[in-house]
Amino acid sequence: MIAYFVKRFVWLLLTVWVVFTLTWILANFSPGTPFTSERSFPPEIEANLRRRYNLDKPAYVRYMYDLDNLLRFDLGVSTKQVDFTVNELVALCWPVSASLGLLALAWAAIVGLVAGVVSAARRGSLADFSLMSLATLGIALPNFVIAGFCILLFGFLIPLLPPAGWGGPRYMLLPAFCLGAPYAAYIARIARTGMLDVLSQDYVRTARAKGLSRRAVILKHALPTAVIPVVSFLGPAVAGIITGSLVIEKVFAIPGIGYSFVQSAIDNDTPMAMGIVVLYTILLFTMNTLVDAAYTWLDPRVSWDDV
Amino acid sequence: MQDFDSKPEVARVGKSLWSDAWDKLRRNRLAMICMVVLAVVALGAFFTPLLPLQPSDNTVTSRDFEPPQLRNKPSDYLKVREGEEFRPLTLEDIDQATAAARVIRKELANVPADDTERARRLTASIKDAIQKPFRDAGFTDMGPLSRWMTRLRIRLFGDYSLPSFAGRDSLGRDVLARVFWGARVSIIVSIVATMVSLVIGVSYGAISGYSGGSVDAVMMRIVDVLYSVPFIFVVIFLLTILGEEQLKKQLAEYGIDRITIFYVVVGAIYWLTMARVVRGQVLSLKKELYVEAARSQGAGQARIIARHIVPNVMSVVIVYLTLTIPRVMLFEAFLSFLGLGVESPDVSWGMLASEGLEVINPIRTYWWLVVFPSIAIGLTLFALNFFGDSLRDALDPKLRDA
Repeated sequence: MIAYFVKRFVWLLLTVWVVFTLTWILANFSPGTPFTSERSFPPEIEANLRRRYNLDKPAYVRYMYDLDNLLRFDLGVSTKQVDFTVNELVALCWPVSASLGLLALAWAAIVGLVAGVVSAARRGSLADFSLMSLATLGIALPNFVIAGFCILLFGFLIPLLPPAGWGGPRYMLLPAFCLGAPYAAYIARIARTGMLDVLSQDYVRTARAKGLSRRAVILKHALPTAVIPVVSFLGPAVAGIITGSLVIEKVFAIPGIGYSFVQSAIDNDTPMAMGIVVLYTILLFTMNTLVDAAYTWLDPRVSWDDV
Repeated sequence: MQDFDSKPEVARVGKSLWSDAWDKLRRNRLAMICMVVLAVVALGAFFTPLLPLQPSDNTVTSRDFEPPQLRNKPSDYLKVREGEEFRPLTLEDIDQATAAARVIRKELANVPADDTERARRLTASIKDAIQKPFRDAGFTDMGPLSRWMTRLRIRLFGDYSLPSFAGRDSLGRDVLARVFWGARVSIIVSIVATMVSLVIGVSYGAISGYSGGSVDAVMMRIVDVLYSVPFIFVVIFLLTILGEEQLKKQLAEYGIDRITIFYVVVGAIYWLTMARVVRGQVLSLKKELYVEAARSQGAGQARIIARHIVPNVMSVVIVYLTLTIPRVMLFEAFLSFLGLGVESPDVSWGMLASEGLEVINPIRTYWWLVVFPSIAIGLTLFALNFFGDSLRDALDPKLRDA
């Protein structure tokens, strides 16, 4: 187990390094410097500033400096938000996105799992058909389309919830619903397939033959195995919820990290954008690792050597 | 006693993978409906210039945010401005423009080869001359095929255009026309980008699977690392950097615009899964008994690849293709939604949806700006997804959804 996590950590470092190098090259070899603006400095002052910020050094030296800063978790200073370092901005936006994402993930997992199990247990019924059609719809519709309809419906037509903004639990409901909807749909489908697989297995039949009720068999014997494919989907799901939040945060004007990323990318705030890319790489990798690790816990046949 | 001896020998016709799949698919009614929907969308998008739609970029500011209309208004028709007056766009306008372009082209032929600056200016003015009547009427720049179809449309319908069934947007442009023209961009972008990913993915996967050993191990490790890269962020980062004015001008000189970059970038992301799938398939196919049987009967390498390997990889590839197209379409919509995809005056569905959502406000809901583009995206993506799923079930029951 320890060997596994050590190995994954090395891979994490490698991945972060690849991403950092890639974005660094992109950022540093594109034209334009922090001093390109209408009001430029006198050349002497600009030269001084360049020296101060190591911009006069060759590329590989600057690269080493930036890598060194990254190792010390110093992501630099935002070039567009006045008086903010990237770390401070991330610390401000992060809790917003995280709470939104967690809520979305929670509803997606719970509703998706229940829908999947129900439609597997009642295979072929009207409930099964309608749930699965709803799931395909949820997968197909872009979340900004769902968001648009939700805002029109619940924001204006039946004004139950605030159509945009950030302030309290009430503000989280609509965005979290829209963010989680496609994932609820995916989870429902995966849970259904997994459940159908398990229900046809011998041990389930044995449990039924023993005289256990259908409900007990499904919940106690089948469910733990049927959940495994759902868990393996949670890794990509977390990644997707993060990226989906780019759009949802924009639609609902939520001051989260996705919104600041898009803003920083549009404003050419390179340190900020780079910082967020690296942050997400770490997050994504950690999630995938945890999901893989969860396999050994859920499925006794999988050992630490396999994952 | 043994009655199988007495049974007459019935020639059993082997069912090919494809005819079997087609039979299964035909029984699935919803999948057939989806296929029809897709065909209608594709044909509608292809023949958009032929349809009597209003020009997609024709701004009529006096009619901004006009709700859907069932009757024609005078400004619906194809018109060009002449001084203070408007008059119908006719075929003569287009013929005159083509003649003007021909004159400039003659001039271009006489330009000495070393005068590149002048040649470039003339090439640009040929383009301007050809596009002039279309631009005047409010169309975006069109290729030769679209121009030909527009001429045919004028011949068929004259200057008639459909009323604004889907309302008008913030600049008074017809939403129905924009949805149709947006379909063209969305569909072409997703097909081309998927093809790019197909080429990269299949060749990478096939090479990796065939080579095996350490080459395979290294190639798949690279894929593993790339899987953990949050590509959406890298792509947005890349698009904004390449979107910088100075760099954009440089790239434009090589004929690279944002859509081209998009093709390459999306192709570069979506090949990962394709490479894995193809590699897995090739690995298992190499060991299949029927491949060995074919080889023992003296079939050559080329025949084995053509008759046994390719058809079996094809089914997986096609299934994966039908599932990748909606993903790419979604991704394009997503980028256009964020303002990083297609650029004005071109339209795509994502852009339309974002324009609609931007003007939502509590006092007046311009619902038609949200609803019609959303229906277009939603219907197409649903049909694509559902059709892809059914195709997968029909072609390969072993593949499970994930």
